[in-house]
Amino acid sequence: MAMNGNGNGTNGKHKDPVLVVIQLSGGNDFMNTVIPYTEGVYYDVRPLVGMPEDKVIPITEKLAFHPNAGALKEIWDEGKVAIIQGIGYENSSRSHFRAMDIWHTCEPDTIATEGWLAKVIREMDPDGENPVTAVNFGRGLPRALAAPNVTATSIGDLDNYGLMSSIEVTDERDENLEIFKRMYTPAVGSGLVMDYLGQTGRDVLKGADMLSVAPQMYKSNVEYADNPIAQALRDVVRVHTANLGTRIFYTNHLGYDHHAQEVPAHNKLIGELSEAIRDFMQDLRDHDAADEVTILVFTEFGRRIKDNGSGTDHGSGGGAFLIGEHVKGGLYSEYPPLDRPSWLNDEDLRHTYDFRGMYGTILEQWFGLDPVPIVGGSFEQLQPYEKTLV
Amino acid sequence: MVLAQTHTDLDLVAHLLRRAGFGADQAEIERYAEKSYDEIVDDLVHPERFPQVEDDVLGRFYPHLAANKDNGAVWNGRWMFRMVNTERPLEEKMTLFWHGILATGWTKSEHTPSMVNHMQMLRDNCLANFRTILLELSKDPAMIFWLDNNENHGVSINENYGREILELFSMGIGNYTEDDIKNAARAFTGWTFTQPLPLYPFGHFEAEFVYREEDHDAGEKEFLGQKGNFNGEDIIDIIARQEATARFIARHLYTFFVADEPQVPAWSIQEPNDPEAIQIMVDAWMESDADIRHVVSTMLKSDFFKNARMKRVKSPTNFVSNVVKISGDYREVDVGLESFQGTLVAMGQTLMDPPSVEGWHTGKEWIDGGTLTERVNFAIDTLNDASKPGVRNIIEAVRDLDEPRTGEKVVEVVLQHLCRLVVDEASFDALVEHAYEGGDIDFENEEESEERILRLITLAVSTREFQFE
Repeated sequence: MAMNGNGNGTNGKHKDPVLVVIQLSGGNDFMNTVIPYTEGVYYDVRPLVGMPEDKVIPITEKLAFHPNAGALKEIWDEGKVAIIQGIGYENSSRSHFRAMDIWHTCEPDTIATEGWLAKVIREMDPDGENPVTAVNFGRGLPRALAAPNVTATSIGDLDNYGLMSSIEVTDERDENLEIFKRMYTPAVGSGLVMDYLGQTGRDVLKGADMLSVAPQMYKSNVEYADNPIAQALRDVVRVHTANLGTRIFYTNHLGYDHHAQEVPAHNKLIGELSEAIRDFMQDLRDHDAADEVTILVFTEFGRRIKDNGSGTDHGSGGGAFLIGEHVKGGLYSEYPPLDRPSWLNDEDLRHTYDFRGMYGTILEQWFGLDPVPIVGGSFEQLQPYEKTLV
Repeated sequence: MVLAQTHTDLDLVAHLLRRAGFGADQAEIERYAEKSYDEIVDDLVHPERFPQVEDDVLGRFYPHLAANKDNGAVWNGRWMFRMVNTERPLEEKMTLFWHGILATGWTKSEHTPSMVNHMQMLRDNCLANFRTILLELSKDPAMIFWLDNNENHGVSINENYGREILELFSMGIGNYTEDDIKNAARAFTGWTFTQPLPLYPFGHFEAEFVYREEDHDAGEKEFLGQKGNFNGEDIIDIIARQEATARFIARHLYTFFVADEPQVPAWSIQEPNDPEAIQIMVDAWMESDADIRHVVSTMLKSDFFKNARMKRVKSPTNFVSNVVKISGDYREVDVGLESFQGTLVAMGQTLMDPPSVEGWHTGKEWIDGGTLTERVNFAIDTLNDASKPGVRNIIEAVRDLDEPRTGEKVVEVVLQHLCRLVVDEASFDALVEHAYEGGDIDFENEEESEERILRLITLAVSTREFQFE
């Protein structure tokens, strides 16, 4: 597979498939995102956080988007949004940290150290030649992108990324960076963390060189909102259109853990998220760079069926979205059954689809990779693509 | 150079002050070293023997903000000022320790006064009995709101606090059941806060703990095998007696003060790297009935602590405070302290606002391409300035060297003044080679020699080793 930066060119040439992951951190309330608005039981169990029937945005006879998801509805109407209903796994963990770990490593039963996307990076760039094969926008590297000897770049501020940027004399800075490089080339056996630090330092040098072109090259007519998720997705376009060979983009939308105060907090987040995705799609299209992109939106778990009088507690049975030009829009898997006997432990949505099947779908159908070693087995896949690039 | 008469090895003192404090400059290390090691530790675990930092004077610089506790950046800058100037370094370090475990954040409430009071609560109790710490935590309005205990009612429980007090604040997953969580939550019903006045037009008002008996579920509860009409205090007492609690907090102390360990989610499956060290701390806990001062003192005096050099990646807070101490900046109150907020955010640690109730992921996870860049750049920006008192000290110490001032000797003195930094051979050689480049340093030429020493300092703080403690 071509690993140089020429894969995303715009002249009708072959384009390497790209995945953009948006993680909704804190446990997005699926029942209030894709709402079973004709079911009486929904209103019975959610007297406080339930969305009024006349406010929701119907997408089928039985389901509706959250009232603030109008922007997402526009993409849905184009047939580019696949909703994966009831996604989860057996014995869903209610701990954010453990649950997120499971989603990041595909290991529900043991503690794993390798992220599923880190294994993908290893497949795509086995010798670690391109430090920007995977790029995270945000603080720190998510576990999904982390594994020993796998390089991924994490960018806090794309516009000022680079070492010793305050040393103004160019010669002096170059000379210092040369010494830096030497000091970050570890002696054999200096220890795992020391080695990691050395690798990170050298990758920063290389990545910073590559990334320095992105902000200057980018021009756009799309005006993104001034919130973290919109700005992160704008950064994705800036790097993607710079043709640096980035195949995986990752970002985090924070704040979904609203046990209390759910209504105002969730309303705001869903509005920001759907508008950011719509603007992002538009920007990609304007740059003739949408074809090769699939967006995955996921969260670590759903929330409890009944509200607790102010919000909802940690639950299970969430939902995910695949969005993109080649995505065949529609509903996949089944909405978790709402009749009380079907509830899990009499309080939770029952998951109807294993998340590792969705990962497998992306890996095999979108990236052309063997999913078995990455997700740790064979899981039922979906057919969400009209066509793929591999 | 004439060293003061010392009782304790300077490298060991530097190690202790990096871990139990925020690093130190050469003079401070020498001053501490006049006492025996155990005496130094005894002083550290008894902060009341030393005066507090007089940071109230900050109010003159930020009168409005300092008075009404309404600006988090100023209060975090003030905390950085304390870290750098305190004569009670362990008090601030323990505050930071508890802040990472009993992690309460600003994001949800956006109510700065409660967070400021929360931090003071941690500071006031940082070396107390663990019961006191959990009790004060459970009564803390910032925590109550953060984990929804104000929504935890006798008629309808919200189990968030009941869950996290067990999973993240005391015992760790695998040591209790879902029923224990529900019963703990029941015991904390009615623990809430008074509703502060609304924000406008006067700014934020402070909230206070209040116990509402009519909202408390006084019924019988079964918790960790015991039955009774438990209230929150009873739950805390039972928790503090558990060996699982002793072990969980011991592992946290070990990770924070001794050596990096895997993150908490791995603990129920992965054994500690040094089980004997953990056992020594567990024993100290059980014999003292959960006295944190005793556990911490035992840890700091142990061989496993003394020998654990370069075993931790500095947290952003440790990194920044170390650099500031070396620079000599902010030994007096001055404007600009609030800028540390942005520095720490960029390195991945927003004080008073951890990313989640789990606190920060530490160790290797502090470092990625972005944060490493921030760290290196911050150290260089801060120390590449010969007018700063700490940097001047380093330059003078190099000038005071006896002839011939070989490259090796120059590099050694520079490293010594960076809180006695030890680097590996490859880094040392690279630095020495650089010191020789351009010929012998001409000390008659003040500007040139200054420039050359400055560059050595900036390169030394760019090393991998400077990221460790």
